[in-house]
Amino acid sequence: MLEIRDIYKTFNAGTQNEKRALNGVSLTLNDGDFVTVIGGNGAGKSTTLNAIAGVWPVDSGNILIDGVDITKLSEFKRAKYLGRVFQDPMTGTAATMSILENMAIAARRGKSRGLRWGVTKEEKELYMEMLRKVDLGLEDRLTSKVGLLSGGQRQALTLIMATIQKPQLLLLDEHTAALDPKTAKKVLALTDEVIAEHKLTAIMITHNMKDAIQYGNRLVMMHEGKIIYDVAGEEKKNLKVADLLVKFEQASGGEFANDRMMLS
Amino acid sequence: MSLNIVTLINALPGAFAQGLIWGIMAIGVYITFRILDIADLTVDGSLCTGGAVCIMMMLNGQNVWVSLLVATLAGMLTGLVTGFFHTFMGIPAILAGILTQLSLWSVNLKIMGKANQAINVDKYDLLVSLRFVKNVAFYKNTLFVVALFILVVVLVLYWFFGTELGSSIRATGCNGNMARAQGINTDFNKVLGLMISNGLVALSGALLSQYQGFADINMGRGAIVIGLAAVIIGEALFKKLFHNFGFKLLGIAIGSILYYLVYQTVIWLGVDTDLLKLLSALVVAVFLGLPHLKSKYFSKPVRRGGNQDA
Repeated sequence: MLEIRDIYKTFNAGTQNEKRALNGVSLTLNDGDFVTVIGGNGAGKSTTLNAIAGVWPVDSGNILIDGVDITKLSEFKRAKYLGRVFQDPMTGTAATMSILENMAIAARRGKSRGLRWGVTKEEKELYMEMLRKVDLGLEDRLTSKVGLLSGGQRQALTLIMATIQKPQLLLLDEHTAALDPKTAKKVLALTDEVIAEHKLTAIMITHNMKDAIQYGNRLVMMHEGKIIYDVAGEEKKNLKVADLLVKFEQASGGEFANDRMMLS
Repeated sequence: MSLNIVTLINALPGAFAQGLIWGIMAIGVYITFRILDIADLTVDGSLCTGGAVCIMMMLNGQNVWVSLLVATLAGMLTGLVTGFFHTFMGIPAILAGILTQLSLWSVNLKIMGKANQAINVDKYDLLVSLRFVKNVAFYKNTLFVVALFILVVVLVLYWFFGTELGSSIRATGCNGNMARAQGINTDFNKVLGLMISNGLVALSGALLSQYQGFADINMGRGAIVIGLAAVIIGEALFKKLFHNFGFKLLGIAIGSILYYLVYQTVIWLGVDTDLLKLLSALVVAVFLGLPHLKSKYFSKPVRRGGNQDA
């Protein structure tokens, strides 16, 4: 399904701020895989997701989705394969446009946009139904500007938008990190539901090791731009947070005392 | 010096007509400034381009409608150039606009052959003119004709920005990251928006040059400020009233009319006309700065994050 072959990315090459963010990342996902990704700050988690999404070109390596090489495709062209939810709730939606308009735009991901009316009547009914199912009180606010919604509501909406058109791959970049714990839990539960319902292939970055173990069928740990641990199936299910900490300590030589990973 | 109210009243229809003509331009500015979130300085040049193309075509015997159409297309071309500088060459939008504006100075001179080209209202079949403001049949009245133009422009834009493509342009201006994630070609949309905007500005320039009876190399100087003033006035006055996109655009045109009515009144009051551009710029600066000043110095404490239950 997704095949990442040995990608490298260095930011600010040749300057004092040179940062090798991806150091030969390779990863193959099967259809229906739900992979959680953990790792310290600067491990290359978000960079990997951005490389897949095409935010900037990678230095070397290839990215394939269902056998199609998308390495050279621009960000907007790859969007037809990808659903994305970002860390910042502001990023995934257009604040000055209504819920309805946002959803209608998302429904046309990967299709050509012409001079047909932007939102049809049938769509309106459909979206209202979708929103009613997630039970966030949004179904009565279709014409409200998205900027008026709370962070949690916006993330939930972004998630729905990412899946109106079933994506080949769903990219979740710490999409609950900016939310308060209660809301984060809700959005995470919704995420799990949506992925199961549409049988999506997904990659989810998280700082929370418990979540990383609880959700998905596979877990990947990154460190210094590399994947250092990749576990699936029964072995993953039986993981404990302590196991992950040990793994991490081995990899990083015990230098992670101050890392944000400790907090979770 | 005494203030003669009759002088003012006599001057008002003219000011009204000018405001209407500049209203088309202001709607163009609204598209870049508010919808695309780009301050496009091309307009100072493309306004003159529109006027120059229109007048030169008419002097060469072309029909007024054809001239207006070609002038509009020429304006769209200037938007294309700015868009190319900005998206393809990665130049910041404001600089891209300045570069195009500067180059248009030469282009406009070449179109006209000299700095000023006059057109005689008696010899050419003009659509609008200073002369058609009073004592003419209503359908020939410049006020009526330009109001009709604005109505058509607003209706077309209302339709266009409601389509899939138009919605994607709005999303591009609102949140580029979101737009690209939803498969929208933001570069293409920015270029398209700049083209539409400058097409309208050139159309306004073409009407303006007919109205005043000449095209002049300096006619666009400070146009962006007038456009912004109209946008700000229109928004401030009709914020509570107009939520519909079409009405918002009408509000901008009304803003432009008010700007010219005030402008005329200020002249009538005897203010040194040399100072008018300074005053305009200061007024626009104050209004553009208001939201910032308000949030910085007069903000009331509000609960951050809004409604917390998702």
